[in-house]
Amino acid sequence: MSLMEIKNLHKSFGGLTAVLNFNFDIEKEELVGLIGPNGAGKTTVFNLITGVYKPDEGRIFFNGQDIAGLPPYTICKKGIARTFQNIRLFNDLTVLDNVKIALHKDVPYSLMGAICRTPRFFRGEKKIEDKALEYLKIFNLDNKKDEIASNLPYGEQRRLEIARALATSPSLLILDEPAAGMNPQETHDLMNLIASIRERFKLSILLIEHDMSLVMGVCERIYVLDYGQIIAEGLPEKIRNDKKVIEAYLGEEV
Amino acid sequence: MQTIIKNWNWRKFVFEVLVLTGIFMLIQYGISNGLLNSYHQINLSSMCINIMLAVSLSLINGFTGQLSLGHAGFMAVGAYTSVVMTNMLGQPFILGILMACLMAGLAGFIIGVPTLRLKGDYLAIATLGFGEIIRVVLQNIDYVGGPAGILGITQLTTWPWLFAATVLTVVVIVNLINSSYGRAIISVREDEIASELMGINTTYYKVLAFVIGAMFAGLAGAMYAHYFYIIKPGTFNFMKSFDILVMVVLGGLGSTTGAVIAAIFITLLTAALQKWAAIRMILYAFILIVIMIYRPQGLMGNKELTTKTFGRVWGDKK
Repeated sequence: MSLMEIKNLHKSFGGLTAVLNFNFDIEKEELVGLIGPNGAGKTTVFNLITGVYKPDEGRIFFNGQDIAGLPPYTICKKGIARTFQNIRLFNDLTVLDNVKIALHKDVPYSLMGAICRTPRFFRGEKKIEDKALEYLKIFNLDNKKDEIASNLPYGEQRRLEIARALATSPSLLILDEPAAGMNPQETHDLMNLIASIRERFKLSILLIEHDMSLVMGVCERIYVLDYGQIIAEGLPEKIRNDKKVIEAYLGEEV
Repeated sequence: MQTIIKNWNWRKFVFEVLVLTGIFMLIQYGISNGLLNSYHQINLSSMCINIMLAVSLSLINGFTGQLSLGHAGFMAVGAYTSVVMTNMLGQPFILGILMACLMAGLAGFIIGVPTLRLKGDYLAIATLGFGEIIRVVLQNIDYVGGPAGILGITQLTTWPWLFAATVLTVVVIVNLINSSYGRAIISVREDEIASELMGINTTYYKVLAFVIGAMFAGLAGAMYAHYFYIIKPGTFNFMKSFDILVMVVLGGLGSTTGAVIAAIFITLLTAALQKWAAIRMILYAFILIVIMIYRPQGLMGNKELTTKTFGRVWGDKK
């Protein structure tokens, strides 16, 4: 059984159809890319999966459960985490607190316990802190744990966002243009990082990306979206030579 | 490692208890020996009540980032409920206080659920409206004296009560903020969408903060009513809410110690300007303008003054 299966997803904003008849599936521990020209509807698809938008029609099965239209925090608890195209960190908080917030869904003490400062609270806080540091360590951010998130350089903010998403312990990680604004060296490092977290956490990754070297380099399977519709699907080599895809990106031959 | 953390907490706790007991004893001594006359005592009570109001509002405005302009309404609910319990139904003060918190919290819930889906200015206007509704409703209930309010309330609020209520308010809110629940609340202020996608039910935490804030405003109301002998709906109007908001903004949105310092400062300022009541409002506005220009983040910004800060100042390396 696939981890997530999307059937006939449809979304329009007023007269504009953003996603039309979208079908998609991803296996456990698979790394899938979603590409397409600007305005093709890629981010809309992400927003539909994570519950930011409610689909007009269609079903999204995650672990066999229909999650279409559920609120984002419920979808997160079911095991889908994401990053954003334009970084959305908790800017005024420290790097450590950013990750701690993602760990809140499994908070090991009650509200009353927090107010009364029970021993359970202190143990729980210690546990949360250790766990958060563990995630920061993977991304080489543990020495910056007390920095304010917005003071981090761009590349580190990107990494912190991925660390924060991972801290919600997802089984599907959705990355919305993780290499945006990175130089080739940083992109290359990111590629390795993505491959290594998939190994380490045994999770599926869905990736939107413009950087073709990144997509072709790491993705096992690629979907191509244009005008809200899938125009091609398959292995990277197949996509590279697909006529429709080349047309969509470069325009038709005259 | 764990023992170090434990020991440090222990030292900090003892230090805090000692400081608080010191303050309490000192003022208690002053009151019982007549060193603090009734003028001092009235200002002291206002100070405590203002601290409770400012700290509880800072939970809503400063930490959750939801601009509420109806705090005086919750204070009114608390004040009236407690007086009905003690003066009219002859119940003990403690029961009056508990009911005041409960009813104010309930009012917070009823108002919070529909309004907290609004954002920014819309929420401000909605809460402002609800605050006024509470006042107007009280004005029209004859059982509680209508526009004239209730006179001759027994003075039950003593220094120990005031002190306990103030410390309770601050401790509960500080402990809440410095926990995973508090971080969830702050994440709503920082980025609602990101917070929601990190598994946090933002609506729940907004309502939670609103209800807890309202409860402590109710507590402040109960203390107020049983100190100043008289309550009338006019006391709890928009200007009162505005007063509290000024304290929170002056102290710094997202700083409890800032709210406490600002509440003390504003109370002293009000006392000093008592003879020129009209000027007070002009000065308020003036202070706000100056602060917004030169220190828009408030006195403390979102920083806190803790025993750790003192420790650093004194060069204590532990």
